[in-house]
Amino acid sequence: MARFSPEHLETAREIIARYPRPKSALIPLLHLAQEQDGYVTDDAMRHIAELVGVTPAEVLGTCSFYEMFKLHPVGTYLVNVCTNISCMLCGGEELLAHASERLGVAPGGTTPDGRFTLEEVECIAACTEAPCLQVNYRYVTNVTNDDFDRLIDDLAAGKLDHEVPPHGTLARVRQHIPADRTAGIVPVAEAAVEPAWMHANEAPGAGGDA
Amino acid sequence: MTITDAPKIITRRFDTPDSHTITRYEETGGYQALRTALGSMSPAQVAAQVKDASLLGRGGAGFPAGVKWGFCPPGVWPRYLVVNGDESEPGTYKDRLLMERDPHQLIEGVLLASYAIGAAQAFIYIRGEMALAQERVAKALNEAYAKGYIGKNILGSDYSIDVVMAWGAGAYIVGEETALIESLEGNRGMPRLKPPFFPAAKGLYMQPTVVNNVETLSNIPWIVSNGGETFAELGAEGSKGTRIFAVSGHVKNPGVFEVEYGVTTFRDIIYAPVYGGGIRSDRALKCFIPGGASAPWFYEEHLDLPLEKATVDKAGSMLGSGAIVVMDDTTDAVAACLSVVKFFSHESCGKCTPCREGTNWLEKILRRILDGYGRPSDLDLLMDVADNISPGIAWPPKQTTICPLGPSAVSPLASALGRFRPEFEAHIARAARAEAASAPAQAVGLPGGVA
Ligand SMILES: Cc1cc2nc3c(=O)[nH]c(=O)nc-3n(C[C@H](O)[C@H](O)[C@H](O)COP(=O)(O)O)c2cc1C
Ligand code: SF4
Ligand code: FES
Repeated sequence: MARFSPEHLETAREIIARYPRPKSALIPLLHLAQEQDGYVTDDAMRHIAELVGVTPAEVLGTCSFYEMFKLHPVGTYLVNVCTNISCMLCGGEELLAHASERLGVAPGGTTPDGRFTLEEVECIAACTEAPCLQVNYRYVTNVTNDDFDRLIDDLAAGKLDHEVPPHGTLARVRQHIPADRTAGIVPVAEAAVEPAWMHANEAPGAGGDA
Repeated sequence: MTITDAPKIITRRFDTPDSHTITRYEETGGYQALRTALGSMSPAQVAAQVKDASLLGRGGAGFPAGVKWGFCPPGVWPRYLVVNGDESEPGTYKDRLLMERDPHQLIEGVLLASYAIGAAQAFIYIRGEMALAQERVAKALNEAYAKGYIGKNILGSDYSIDVVMAWGAGAYIVGEETALIESLEGNRGMPRLKPPFFPAAKGLYMQPTVVNNVETLSNIPWIVSNGGETFAELGAEGSKGTRIFAVSGHVKNPGVFEVEYGVTTFRDIIYAPVYGGGIRSDRALKCFIPGGASAPWFYEEHLDLPLEKATVDKAGSMLGSGAIVVMDDTTDAVAACLSVVKFFSHESCGKCTPCREGTNWLEKILRRILDGYGRPSDLDLLMDVADNISPGIAWPPKQTTICPLGPSAVSPLASALGRFRPEFEAHIARAARAEAASAPAQAVGLPGGVA
C-alpha cells in the first residue's frame, strides 16, 4: 500500500481543508503517509501532489528537508539518543555507545530483524532529564545502561505496545473541527476584510486600529 | 540569596493532576480572561493590557509582545497569528511542558492575542518530535471547540476564529520565525531575508503575521485577568513578570523553574537548594551557558548578575531561550565547544555560504584538534572562519548571513577559545608530540601510508 487508504484519504482531505492554501498541508500529509506505511513512499508523494495541486518534485523538495521523514524503511522502533550539550555533559555519548553495542548497529543503522533503528539526534527538549532518548518520539529520560537494556527487552517483547505505536504514528488524537462550529477557513483573498469584532466593546466615539 | 515569593503564573497548574483537561482548566479559573475580554474589552484594550505588562517575548530575542502586535500595518487584512512551538535550542525545555501540561492556557492566550490583533486564523506550530504535546494540544482544541471557546461566534460574541494545529518534521532552523512561516506554507524551512520579510508586514502568505513563542502567549490569560500593571509590578525595571528557566548540566538538582524575572541571580538559580542545588559532587564551576547554545558563555564572575535582560546583554551574552547549562571543572572546553558547534553545523539550512561552509569547517577543525590531529595554525584558522561568518566576532554579533544561526556557532567558539585557550593548545601540543614520535616511520614511509 502506498497511496492513501480510503480512511486516510478522508483524513487527508480534512487536513487540507484546515489551511487557506492546500500546500500548507504538505508536512501533515507526509506524516500521514509515514503513519500508514512506516516511511514515505514515492507513490504516497505522488498522491499527495495530486491532492494539494503541486508536482511530485515539490513534495519531495519539502520532504527531503526534514529529518523525520524517511524515504526508506526503518525499524519498527526508531531509537533516538540525544548527544547535545546538556546530555553530553551527563553521559549522552556513553549512552549512545552502549546503545550501539547492545543493538549491534552503528548510529544510522537498522538491526537485521528490522526491529530497531538507532539514531544520534540533536536536543529533544528534555535537557534537565539527561541523558535521554525517544523511541518513536516517546520520551525515556535519565537513562542508565541497564534502563536501556530493559527498554529494548520490553519493546522486543511487545510489553510497551500500548505506549509506543509503530514508527510513523505521532499524536494518537487528531484535531477535528466540527462543521457546525468552524468560523470558516477561506483562501487569503476571501479574508481581505476587517474582522467583525475589531470595534467590539468600544466606548462610543473611541476608534482606531489595534 | 534572593528567592522571592512571587506567584507562579504560567506553571501554576503543573502539579495539578489532569492539568491538561478542560474540566480542570475551567475549575482553576480557565477561560475567564476570554469571557472578560469578550464581555467588556475592546481588542485595543486587550492589546493595551499586554503593552502595560511590558511582556518580553520568551522565544529568544526578547522583543516586547505588545509592541510587536502594534507593528501590523493598519487596514491590511487578513492578518494571521502563528504560535512558535518549535522549541529546539540545546538546553531549552519549557514550551514542551507548557503544551503538555497546560494546553488550554496556551489556547486561551492564542484566542486573546488573535482577538486583539484581528487575526483571521491562528496556527499552533508544534515541533515534529513532540508527539505528546501534539496529542494534548489536539485534544484541548477539540474540547475547546465543543465548548464554544473556539470557532464561530465565540461565547455568543462577534468574535469568530479557527485555531489549527500544525506540526513540523525535524529541523531546528524552523524555530526561526520566517523559516517557520515557510514550513507552514509547505516549503523547505529556510529563513527569508529581513527586510523586507518581517512577519508583521509580509509573513504567512505574504500577509501581516504575528509570530509569538508558546511561553509568551501562555502569559496572556493571567495578564488580561489580573491587569498588565499587576504583571509589571513583578520583576525588574526592564524584565517584568516571571520567567521559566531550565537548569541543566552538572548540577545536583536539574530542573525547570519559574522565577521572578530580573531579580533572581545566576548564583541563586544554580546553587539554591530549591533550584539547581549547586554543582554535582561540590566541584568547582568552570563555566555556564546563560541562555541556550547560541549564547556566549559566562563564568564565576558573572554569578551575581540578575537574570535580567538588559544586564545580561550588557555583560556580553543573552538570556535567549531561558536555558542555563552548567559545566564543572571536569569539562573539556574543546569537547563542549565542539558539541555546540556541531549542532549548528548540522542544523545549518544551507541557504547562505558563510554559514553552510563555515560552520562545517569549524566543526571539522575542532574535531581534529580534539582527536589529537590539530595544527598550531588551527586556532588562527578557526578565528578567521568565524570572522567570515560574524565579522569582528563581537557581541551583539554582526552577520554576513541571512539569519542569526551562523553567528550562533561563533559564540561558543569565541567563548571557549577566549577563556580556555591553553586547553586548545594542549590538544595541539599532543598532536605535535605524536607527530614527532612517528617522524622516523614517516621518513621511510610508503606512498600514501599512514604511520
Ligand atoms: C536560529 C533560530 C532559532 C529559533 N528557534 C526558536 C524556537 O525554537 N522557538 C521560539 O519561540 N523562537 C525561536 N526563535 C526566535 C523566533 O525567530 C522569534 O523571534 C520568536 O518566535 C518570536 O516570539 P516571541 O517574540 O514571543 O519571543 C529562533 C530564532 C532563530 C534565529
Ligand atoms: S545563516 Fe545558516 S541557517 Fe540561517 S539562512 Fe543562512 S545557511 Fe540557513
Ligand atoms: S541536550 Fe539532550 S535533550 Fe536537550
